[in-house]
Amino acid sequence: MTRTPAGRRPPRLRTVLLTGAGWLVGLVFLLPYLQMGLTALKSGDELNESPGSYLPHSWQWSNFVDVWSDAPIWKNIQVSLLVAAVATLVTLLCALPAAYYTARNRFRGRNAFLLLVLVTQMFAPTALVIGIYREMVALNLTDTLMALILVNAAFNLPFCVWILHGYFSSIPKELEEAAFLDGAGRIGALTRVTLPISMPGVVTAVVYTFISAWNEYIVALTVTASPDRRPLTVAIPSFVTQYQEHWQYLFATSLIGIVPVVILFIFIERFLIGGLTAGSIK
Amino acid sequence: MHDVKPGVRDLGAPAPRSRPSAARRAGRALAPLLWLGPALVLIAVVVLWPVVEMVRTSLLKISSSGVTLGSTGSRNYLDLFDETDLIPVVLRTLLWVAGVVAITMVLSLALGQLLNARFPGRRLVRWTVIVPWAASVLMTALVWKWMLDNYSGLVNRLLLDLHVIDHPVNWLAHPDQAMLWMMWVAVFVSLPFTSFVILAGLQTIPGEVYEAARVDGAGTLRTYFGITLPLLRPSVLIASIVNVINVFNSFPIIWTMTQGGPGHATDTTTTFMYKIAFFDQNVGESAAMAVVNFVLILVMVLLYLRASRWREEIR
Repeated sequence: MTRTPAGRRPPRLRTVLLTGAGWLVGLVFLLPYLQMGLTALKSGDELNESPGSYLPHSWQWSNFVDVWSDAPIWKNIQVSLLVAAVATLVTLLCALPAAYYTARNRFRGRNAFLLLVLVTQMFAPTALVIGIYREMVALNLTDTLMALILVNAAFNLPFCVWILHGYFSSIPKELEEAAFLDGAGRIGALTRVTLPISMPGVVTAVVYTFISAWNEYIVALTVTASPDRRPLTVAIPSFVTQYQEHWQYLFATSLIGIVPVVILFIFIERFLIGGLTAGSIK
Repeated sequence: MHDVKPGVRDLGAPAPRSRPSAARRAGRALAPLLWLGPALVLIAVVVLWPVVEMVRTSLLKISSSGVTLGSTGSRNYLDLFDETDLIPVVLRTLLWVAGVVAITMVLSLALGQLLNARFPGRRLVRWTVIVPWAASVLMTALVWKWMLDNYSGLVNRLLLDLHVIDHPVNWLAHPDQAMLWMMWVAVFVSLPFTSFVILAGLQTIPGEVYEAARVDGAGTLRTYFGITLPLLRPSVLIASIVNVINVFNSFPIIWTMTQGGPGHATDTTTTFMYKIAFFDQNVGESAAMAVVNFVLILVMVLLYLRASRWREEIR
C-alpha cells in the first residue's frame, strides 16, 4: 500500500500535509494538559496576575510536594485505587462467565439476557443517581466504599460483556473441543485455550473498567460525605472554592491522577483498536 | 494440554449422550443461571433496584429532610411540568445532544482517517488523542474552566495578544458563549473514543477493496463516499449511540464550568434534576425529572435505531 506504482512520483506533498495536520491535532489534544502542567508550576501570587502569564516566572516544583500535606490526597488516592481495583475484579468475575456462556451456547433466555445488557448500557449512573442515592440510604451504605464499588462494577458490566462476548464468539469452537477431547475439561479448555487467545479483549475490558471507575464522579459526589472517604475526582475540585483558590494545587493533584492512567491507556492502545472492532462489529 | 490423565476422560465422556436423566435435564436448564447468575444479580441490585426506587420515589411526597410523607400520585410530575424553566432546559438539552454528537461524528470521521494514514510520528499523535479519554472528564472540564477565566485565563491572553479582542471577556458568564464553549469541551472529550471506533472500523476494510476501486478509476472522493463511508456504517452507528447516551448524561462539564447558571440558563436535564434534588431538596420532583429524562433517552435511542435499521447490523 505504501509503495507507489512505478512511473508515478512519490506523493511528497501529501505526506507533508498529513504530517502537518497530524502534529497540529496532537498539539490541540495536548494543549489543555500542558496548560495544566504549567499552571501547577506557578506560584499562588502569579495565578492572580491579569492577564495570565504563558510560562511560570519561577518554576514552583515544590507545589507537587506541598499538595500531599495541604489535603488528604494520599487517602483519596487510596480510595480511588481500592474502588477501581475491586470494582474491576467484580466486573470481570461477573462478565467472563456470562460472556463465555452466551457466546458458546444457544439457550432459552439468551437473547433476553443480551438485550438486558444492552439496555443496562443505556442507563448511565447520572440518569439513575437519585435512585442510587435512595437505595444506598435504604441499605445504610451511604459514605461507604462498598457503595462505590458496587455502582462502578455494575455500570461497567455491559461494556465488558459485549467486548468479551465478541472475542469469545470469534474463537472457533473446534479449538476448544480439541482441548476438551484432550481431557482438559470444560473449565480447563476455557482457561488454557480460550482465555489466552482472548487476552486482548480481557485486557481492554480490565483497563476500560479500571479507568472509568477511577474517573467516576457523580455517584461519588452524591454518596460520599467524609473527606477521607472521597475518591480523587471528588477531592480535587475542593482546592478551588469561594474561600480559597489554589489552582496550582488543583492541577498538580489532577496530573498525579492523570499521568498513571494515561500510561496505562497508552499501554493498551494496540489492543484497544482490536477490542473496539470486536465489540462494535460482533 | 499434553499431560492428560486417561482415566478421567473414560469416566466422563460417554454418560450424557446415552440416557439424559431427569436430574441431568434439570441441570441443563439451570446451567445458564449458574453462568449468568453473578451478572444478573449485579444488574438487578445496582441497576434495576434504583430504576424501581426512582419511579416509586417520583410518586411519593418526601420532606426536605428525607422523611417519606406518603403517596402523592402525580403531584410531583405536575409540579415539574409547572416549572417555567423545564421547556427551555429540555430544548437546550436536545440542542446540546444533537450539536455535540453531530460535530463529534464529523470531526471523528476526519480524525479516524488521519490516524489511519501513514506519516512520521503517527504513533505519538495517536497517543495524544488518547489523553482526554484517559483523563477524567472532570479534570478536563476544570482546566478548560481555568483557561477561560476572565481575569488570568490563557484564552483571553492569547486573543488579546492576537488583537482579536481588546478587553478580557468573561466567557462563562454569558449563557450563549458559555454553552458554545461547553459544547466544545464535550466534543473534545468525545473525540478520542469516537475516532478510535472509526479507526477500528477503517482497519477492518480490506485493502483489495481500494485496489479494485483504483483499477476502476474511482477518484478519492468517489472512493470515500462510495466505499469507505458505507463500510463504516456499523462503526458510525455504534459510536453515535454511545455518544448520544454519554452526551445526554454528561454531568461534570456543565457542573464544573457553570453549574447550570446563571440561574438555569445553561442547565441541561441532568444538572436541572440534580439541582432540584440537592439544592431545592425536593427529591420527589427530582425523581420525576429523572423518569422524564430516561424516557427521553429511550425515545432518542429508539428513533435513532429505527432510522438506521439496526436489526440488519446487530443480530
